[in-house]
Amino acid sequence: MKVKKSWIILGVILITVFIIYRFFTGSYNHMVDFDETVITSWSNVENVYQRRADLIPNLVNTVKGYAAHEKETFTEVIEARAKATSVSIDPANLNAATIQQFQQAQAGLSSALSKLMVIVERYPDLKANQNFLELQAQLEGTENRIAVERRKFNESVKVYNTYIRSFPKNMVAGMYGFERKMQFQADEGANIVPEVNF
Amino acid sequence: MIFLLVKLNQLIRSLFLILPILVCTISFGQDLPERPRPPKLINDFANIIGDRENLILEDKLVAYYDSTSTQITVVTIHSLNGNDIADYSFRLAEKWGIGEKGKDNGVLILIALDDRKMFIATGYGMEGVIPDAIAKRIVENYMKPNFSNNNYYKGIDEATSIIIGLASGQFTADQIGRKNIRLSRLIFPLLVFIFFIAISYSRFRSVRGSHMAGSNLNFLTFLFLMSAMGGRGGRGYSSFSSGSGSFGGGSFGGFGGGSFGGGGAGGSW
Repeated sequence: MKVKKSWIILGVILITVFIIYRFFTGSYNHMVDFDETVITSWSNVENVYQRRADLIPNLVNTVKGYAAHEKETFTEVIEARAKATSVSIDPANLNAATIQQFQQAQAGLSSALSKLMVIVERYPDLKANQNFLELQAQLEGTENRIAVERRKFNESVKVYNTYIRSFPKNMVAGMYGFERKMQFQADEGANIVPEVNF
Repeated sequence: MIFLLVKLNQLIRSLFLILPILVCTISFGQDLPERPRPPKLINDFANIIGDRENLILEDKLVAYYDSTSTQITVVTIHSLNGNDIADYSFRLAEKWGIGEKGKDNGVLILIALDDRKMFIATGYGMEGVIPDAIAKRIVENYMKPNFSNNNYYKGIDEATSIIIGLASGQFTADQIGRKNIRLSRLIFPLLVFIFFIAISYSRFRSVRGSHMAGSNLNFLTFLFLMSAMGGRGGRGYSSFSSGSGSFGGGSFGGFGGGSFGGGGAGGSW
């Protein structure tokens, strides 16, 4: 009788150990999974921003053909582009500071670009140019892509954060160093339309 | 088991914690129309296409879907409720899952009647075939002039024809793979059908043995009766052999969970 009891205890211990093991591996693997999703969506964000940067030389050249004397704006755009492309973040250290740095550089390019588009308004010939119209459609499409990929990045960060912060998985997360990640914040002044002066 | 309990516990906790956020998200997502049941490719919520034209367009897009697996979907709505049309299009397309998962070969043409705006959203897999500049050209040159004359059907018809023309040639090799999937899909219902017949026959026999002694029904007559009853299985098979592709007799099978990355262009009329 005594022997049987100890077997039951051993069985219970084994099952408990097994359940704890499953819980740990399950949560850990999920965290790795969500972490990878965040990294992928971050690289998608960088890709679409790069796509925008790639459009700029062509766009500037087209506008130059019609508005050669707007040199100041062109240099501003080119400089902002250079600055934006120089900021690249390793997804392994995505934190509030690096994301903000990235966002600031890109916002600088956004505002330089919107200034360029304001200039365009003064040149009706340019606005009728087929090449320019297509570049404009591409630029709009790229801005849409940026919005979509940023939204997807934020969603993946939200899923990751919710997972690692909820009890009792937060213990596993703390043990293996899964930290909370930052989302994109809405751009300051993103909704301000640049003033048009004629 | 414990995992489920943990999940449940977590669910309840998170429900209390994020209830305010949840309410916000729900009210935010509410303006998107629900996925149509049964699934359709022409979803004329704003009632701007006639019944007959609706069928013609649906047939055209379903036929194209059957031969290429590309899902071109048209949605008309009354109002965007202040949303940006591009953002609305991408969220709607992702919610419905237009296009097949992995291939992301969906196209959504959204028309907002009261806002007088339209947008062509292309899935990740369609961005190469329909670049933004081309989408813009379709909007400006084909949809806009027709929409200005209140000729919505013509605008949609022309736009879809051009998209089909652009996209044809994509995924042609896939057709063979699709047929194989269809065949394997057919085997399971067939097995169920045979199993059902076998069971029914054995029961039939035992019933006949006890109650209908003297009647001379044999297995063949029984099969004949069953096939008359099981018309559905028969029709599914003939649709397969005729090569029309779709299982439900030519109608669209449903959205496949495609993903959208912000490709496309729009305009207003």
